[in-house]
Amino acid sequence: MREQLEKIKLEALEEIKEATNSQRIDEIRVKYLGKKGSLTTILRGMGSLSPEERPIIGKLANEVREFIEEEINNALSNIKNKERELKIKGEYIDITMPGKKVEIGGIHPLNKVLDEIKDIFFGMGFSIAEGPEVELDYYNFEALNVPKNHPARDEQDTFYISENLVLRTQTSPIQVRTMEKTKPPIRIIAPGRVYRSDAVDATHSPIFYQIEGLVVDKGITMANLKGTLETFAKRFFGEKTRTKFRPHHFPFTEPSAEMDVSCFVCGGEGCRVCKGSGWIEILGCGMVHPDVLTKGGIDPEEYSGFAFGMGLDRIVMIKYGIDDIRLLYENDIRFLKQF
Amino acid sequence: MKVPYNWLLEYVDIEKDIREVADALTMSGSKVEEVIEYGKEIDKVVTGYVEKIEKHPNADKLRVCQVNVGEEVIQIVTGAENVQEGDTVPVALHGSTLPGGVKIKKGKLRGVDSNGMLCSEAELGIADDDSVHGIMILPKGTPIGVDIKEILGLKGGILDFEITSNRADCFGIYGIAREASATFRLPLKEIKTSFKENDENIKDYVDVEVKDDLCRRYAARVIKNVKIGPSPEWMQQRLMDAGVRPINNIVDITNYVMLELGQPMHAFDHRFINGKRIIVRRAEDGEKFTTLDGVERTLDSSMLVIADEKGAVAVAGVMGGLNSEIKDDTTIVVFECANFNGPNVRLTAKKLGLRTESSSRFEKDLDPNLVDLALDRACHLVEALEIGEVVGGKIDIYKNPVKPYTLEVDPNWINEFIGINISKEEMADMLKYLGMKVEVGEKLKIEVPTFRQDIRIKEDVAEEIARLYGYDKIPTEKIKGEAVEAALTKEQRLTNIIRNVLVSRGFFEINTYSFVSPKIFDKIRLPEDSPLRNTVKILNPLGEDFSIMRTTLIPSILETLRINYARDNKEVKIFEVAKTYHPAENMPYEPVKLSIGMIGKVDFFDLKGVIENILYVLGIDKVDYERDEENPGLHPGRCAKLIVRRKPIGYFGEVHPEVAENYEIEDRIYVAEIGLMPLFEAYKAERKYKPLPKYPAVDRDIAVLVKDEVAVAEIEDIIWKIGKEIVEEVKLFDVYKGKQVPEGMKSVAYSIIYRREDRTLTDEEVNKVHESIIKSLSEKLGAQLR
Repeated sequence: MREQLEKIKLEALEEIKEATNSQRIDEIRVKYLGKKGSLTTILRGMGSLSPEERPIIGKLANEVREFIEEEINNALSNIKNKERELKIKGEYIDITMPGKKVEIGGIHPLNKVLDEIKDIFFGMGFSIAEGPEVELDYYNFEALNVPKNHPARDEQDTFYISENLVLRTQTSPIQVRTMEKTKPPIRIIAPGRVYRSDAVDATHSPIFYQIEGLVVDKGITMANLKGTLETFAKRFFGEKTRTKFRPHHFPFTEPSAEMDVSCFVCGGEGCRVCKGSGWIEILGCGMVHPDVLTKGGIDPEEYSGFAFGMGLDRIVMIKYGIDDIRLLYENDIRFLKQF
Repeated sequence: MKVPYNWLLEYVDIEKDIREVADALTMSGSKVEEVIEYGKEIDKVVTGYVEKIEKHPNADKLRVCQVNVGEEVIQIVTGAENVQEGDTVPVALHGSTLPGGVKIKKGKLRGVDSNGMLCSEAELGIADDDSVHGIMILPKGTPIGVDIKEILGLKGGILDFEITSNRADCFGIYGIAREASATFRLPLKEIKTSFKENDENIKDYVDVEVKDDLCRRYAARVIKNVKIGPSPEWMQQRLMDAGVRPINNIVDITNYVMLELGQPMHAFDHRFINGKRIIVRRAEDGEKFTTLDGVERTLDSSMLVIADEKGAVAVAGVMGGLNSEIKDDTTIVVFECANFNGPNVRLTAKKLGLRTESSSRFEKDLDPNLVDLALDRACHLVEALEIGEVVGGKIDIYKNPVKPYTLEVDPNWINEFIGINISKEEMADMLKYLGMKVEVGEKLKIEVPTFRQDIRIKEDVAEEIARLYGYDKIPTEKIKGEAVEAALTKEQRLTNIIRNVLVSRGFFEINTYSFVSPKIFDKIRLPEDSPLRNTVKILNPLGEDFSIMRTTLIPSILETLRINYARDNKEVKIFEVAKTYHPAENMPYEPVKLSIGMIGKVDFFDLKGVIENILYVLGIDKVDYERDEENPGLHPGRCAKLIVRRKPIGYFGEVHPEVAENYEIEDRIYVAEIGLMPLFEAYKAERKYKPLPKYPAVDRDIAVLVKDEVAVAEIEDIIWKIGKEIVEEVKLFDVYKGKQVPEGMKSVAYSIIYRREDRTLTDEEVNKVHESIIKSLSEKLGAQLR
């Protein structure tokens, strides 16, 4: 019986060595260790042994069994590894092939830049105000110190709906509207469409976007105006941006200014975009005129404020290098896909 | 406004480069838009004396000149024929530059050394139409070896200012000089106005009557023994530099005074003033009048004219008449120097389409007190040019003289308002340079001259101080004070969410004009009586095609699809969030709408899916889709009304083939238009957690044959109604027509998921419900189980 066991051990070992796949290993397992396997058969025959021999043979049989099991497990894990490697080898793909995409659309460049600007002003505590586009002459002009026949009305060619209704030529009417509704402190920006009866060309559109800003509180100074707009310029155009405030005139602010920023294309060296000056005019601003505060129901002796307005289209065009404003309103999908 | 630099220097002694001056003036409030420098590019061109000229040994048309250029005599070969020995000429030396960036170097011409070039006027960039052909010959006695720019007065240049509407005083060079004086804190020189009058009386020549208050002041002087001729070259040059064409000495003087002081003047030929009476009156409606430019114009009673006894001789403040024009044989001149109501001049000029140097100044409402200075200055120039004799006395009708304005300002308030800290004495000093009289006490008591009508309140004074102090020197400070709550409104937030859903589904946002053509309504087959045809109309549109404010976004999105389709962009998915405009009692109503449009490999259900995505993200349930056969712009069989909480809030579907044809698109088009406010109202923010199921679900499929016209919604209604206790989900997975399905029928297949929250379902329970569903479908819809 001892020889039989030794023989089984050697035979099994031989067969395991020759096995090349996991199926064959399973067959070997059944052949030797299965219910009808040769080792099992021998163990069943243990009853015929003498009591002295039984533990010795039993021990040996168990050793053989453990040996075969271990060999089988080792072989199996080797084969599995080989099989896995083989499988992996056969599963190489061309990872340079295009990914499966769900096509994503896009926000219009005007709104994309507007969203960016809104975020900056949110960070400075500004809310967003809105107002009608078909606006009363009163809010668009009169309340802003531009009475009928004022020369400034010529500069802003106005679309009229009726004697008292216009398509707003600027977002500034929101100033008085906001003041009428809100008690100071006021800190708002008001983006929106404005209209001027300009003939259409590469730099003129009868419809374009402005962003108005208004701050009213006790003790607001021109230094605050500069501080706020300079912060905006640095956040939007980059930390290295320098600003320049030049005196200007608007009927509804006093003092008034225009703000230039150092050209963000050439960094102030002078280029085509800034026409060699190194500066780009970005917005008009000033301290809210006391007449305007009064029209908004705010006492100019108690409160002061500043306001600003900028043209969004121009900023978008400079930022993206767009040379024709008409592209913004034509909506060619090949154009829209670029942003 | 163009200001020749040397003219400016006549009134302020600035010793600075023109560019530096331009920058400083811009920063103090007089914006220089452009600096035009004379002879900027000319370098190393000097005067030279031609000592000797010989024939070129190898070329008939060339000559060899020995030219003394001061330090040496150089040899230059020239092709010009007009140069003679003994001439003084401009010489471009070796290494010199001419206008246009032309560089001159020494070289050989047909074997003979040439060390530079003799220049023509054209080559120096100073030629006008009448310039001599050939080399420029300078006057005898011109010093040799001197920079040509000095000889020709090419130093300096022209400053072109943008003048804002509030600064009427800066429409004259003297006003700019005052600004320069304040900017650089240099004295402003007085303008020369002295002259002699003869012992005659103007009353014997002309009489003036002002019949209308639109003329605030009318002054006149008479000049006799006038010798009409060209004005001196320096005057012509200055006029041209300032952009005014020289005419003759008298007209040039009026223009010169206008450019200098900003006060327009007019000169009449005394001969042609009928009855020797000048009447300032309103024009008659339909009155005909031919202006100096030879155009006959029809006037109306809103306009002011200068007339004589027979008729108009000038449109007040705008342009004179051809009938009283100064001619070569004019001997007696009436100088008019008046002040007219600004807005009225502006309107008249606008109505006549005739904006002139004069009207553009008057419309700013000039200072009536400028009249004396200008009239005297004109007479001074007549005398200085020796072209006439000033008749004694002047006419001056000035009913309500304008007086200086006085105000008091607290200097501390100025410092606080601007955020600076300067002394009241310094403030007073600044204001004095601007022509104001200031008494410094606890407050500044300021007398504002009449030419500064724009200074009335303390803020105006603050601006003067701030700009002369320098905006760039004002510190920058963060806003102090209580924090303001900043947040998006619900509408703004939800709009962003909707835009994001659409972008994530592959849609591009567009931006289209809010005004459209009234023809669009027919194009989208809108019924004649549709309320959408009631529009807000523009009185002065850019054209018929842009004349009404849109009441629907659909035509705009269709037009955008058309443009793209025509450019071969055949796969387009776009949307727009924009206002529509609807007439209402006081102000138009401007609701915001969403429009969606698509062409390409898409169908109705792609569009519906996107809308469902939006509704899902907004948490809106209780949505119904109703067939909308009434919508004539859309395909009657492929169009739905979107009903939220039983109210229609929009519609979507395939565009009617005729509409598609109107937009020249040969593909199926899908569009939607949905009101945003109703969506926002239906928005449900709250979401509540429901425990995850503890018990297993039972999944049963069901496939039935129904008639084509049965809507799946009807089937689903029945499934939900019958199975409401245990049905968890109903999923449509197949709709099939064709083989094995009888004509006029369709096969509809669902997967129904049954589950109870409180225990495991038994097969029997499920079978019972499932059977009754099948039974009910059969009874109500005639459905046959497959």
